[in-house]
Amino acid sequence: MPSEVPVATIQARGLTRRFGAHTAVSGLDLDLNRGEVLGFLGPNGAGKTTTMQMLTGNLAPTAGSIAICGIDLLAAPVAAKARIGYLPETPPLYRELTVDEYLLLAAKLHRIPPARRAAAIGIAKQRCGLADAGGKLLGTLSRGFQQRAGIAQAIIHNPDVVILDEPTVGLDPNQIREIRGLIRELGGAYSVILSTHILPEVETVCDRVQILHLGNIVYSDTIAALKQSHDGRTVMLGLHRPPGVDALARIPGVVDVRQMSPTLFQVCFEAEADATARLAAHVARHDWGLYQIAPARASIEEVFVHLTRREEDN
Amino acid sequence: MIFTIAAKELKGLFASPLAWVVLTCAQVVLGYSFLRRLDDFLQVEPRLIRMASPPGITELVAIPTFATAAAMLLFAVPLLAMRLIAEERRNQTMVFLMSAPVSVTDIVLGKFVGLVAFLALMVAMVAFMPLTLAHGAALDYGLLASVTLGLTLLAAAFAAVGLYVSSLTAHPLVAAIGAFATLLGMLLVGDTASDSLRARNWHVPAALAQVLSPLRNFEPLGKGIVDTHAVACLLLLTAAFLALAIRQLDARRLTG
Repeated sequence: MPSEVPVATIQARGLTRRFGAHTAVSGLDLDLNRGEVLGFLGPNGAGKTTTMQMLTGNLAPTAGSIAICGIDLLAAPVAAKARIGYLPETPPLYRELTVDEYLLLAAKLHRIPPARRAAAIGIAKQRCGLADAGGKLLGTLSRGFQQRAGIAQAIIHNPDVVILDEPTVGLDPNQIREIRGLIRELGGAYSVILSTHILPEVETVCDRVQILHLGNIVYSDTIAALKQSHDGRTVMLGLHRPPGVDALARIPGVVDVRQMSPTLFQVCFEAEADATARLAAHVARHDWGLYQIAPARASIEEVFVHLTRREEDN
Repeated sequence: MIFTIAAKELKGLFASPLAWVVLTCAQVVLGYSFLRRLDDFLQVEPRLIRMASPPGITELVAIPTFATAAAMLLFAVPLLAMRLIAEERRNQTMVFLMSAPVSVTDIVLGKFVGLVAFLALMVAMVAFMPLTLAHGAALDYGLLASVTLGLTLLAAAFAAVGLYVSSLTAHPLVAAIGAFATLLGMLLVGDTASDSLRARNWHVPAALAQVLSPLRNFEPLGKGIVDTHAVACLLLLTAAFLALAIRQLDARRLTG
């Protein structure tokens, strides 16, 4: 059951993991609070899975400390793991068990008292859309249903921390929407770390984002701040009779102009209110044939590519 | 928690054909062996009666059958134990157990108890055969109890070795071969090693050799002598390999 008191559900400091000479993760700090959904991104090989394995107690860190709801994972692993639900990249399913048997096993292993097991299994199945699939063998289920069973075992004991590694891979669009809704719901009551490559998913479901690259966190911010940082500062300008890029750059207040196509320009301003109106007036006065003026939103994808590509170039 | 994992292992064993095939083959072979020996006994019986203190039916029929059963265990236990940890690694389900709030000790002991429960079923099947003669023959129940205990302890020792070797790899078949080779090695080395070491007054290596030869410790129990030294050696062997398996799983966590 979710505990009442600690707000910080995960506090990881200085996490380092070396495999022989290769350092997979170095000096990583991670914080997660109740009610948050954290998007954990990174290119393949960045160390995401290693970090998640460390957070769930599958791998011991070479250095650093992890506290789950204030309980040290390395000193009291059983107590700390009781507060975590984990769905790895490959759902850990026993193919010879039925869905009900598997969830019963999960309930027993996660120390749900016998009186509450049936109810917990029922709720988990219902949340994951498995209500009718109770008697089916896990080995015979389709990929999507197997994924759902994996999510069900991660949430059956109402853990404070739910760690999901690519939970919507292989699901059809309806199922994806249901699972995203479920993740948002879980984020509200507990706390979720979501690792995914589907960037629009991060923008719609997550509250915070951390990008991992070569074992280090290269970006950490809230989604709201990300969206705000470029609002009103970047506009997409469409002109039928555009002047050169230089002419546009010389408009007062303009910091940067990028030509996207023969008629489309991305114009960056200094942070200022009412810049759009001034730009529109300026364009109209010079009769450049304005057909579009719209705010340009920075997307997670741009940030991701920018940060991880740049590191590779370096 | 140990019994939860043990129950899961039993369910997994019986869900695949493996358990049923092993039980069937064991029953067929041992049944044949038992009936052959019974037949031989009945032919020899007239001559036995004239002896001063003739060996009874238990000694001549049941004990050799148990010896055959011990040899069968040598083959069967590696095959049954191979999937305990190696297959979980291969199917990526080990994560499920390692992420759950159960200690590594619980996991290893749970798997061990599950396998021993299945092997106890096999031992019961073997012990039941001489009991069917109870109506018409004078069975030596003390001897039967002793040899049943011996076979159970032997099965537990084999299971511990199989479990340890399974924890070393992610390929079940490699685990089976490794476990079989280890048990065979113990068999070949153990028979005379401890005697010759003791003869040279190297008592500590002799004691070690004794622990590592399970069949030699099974012998006195097969004769009806519940030698506590032999029992302790079998239990020690079991405990040692279980401890090694626990350490191996823990080490995997540390080294990845």
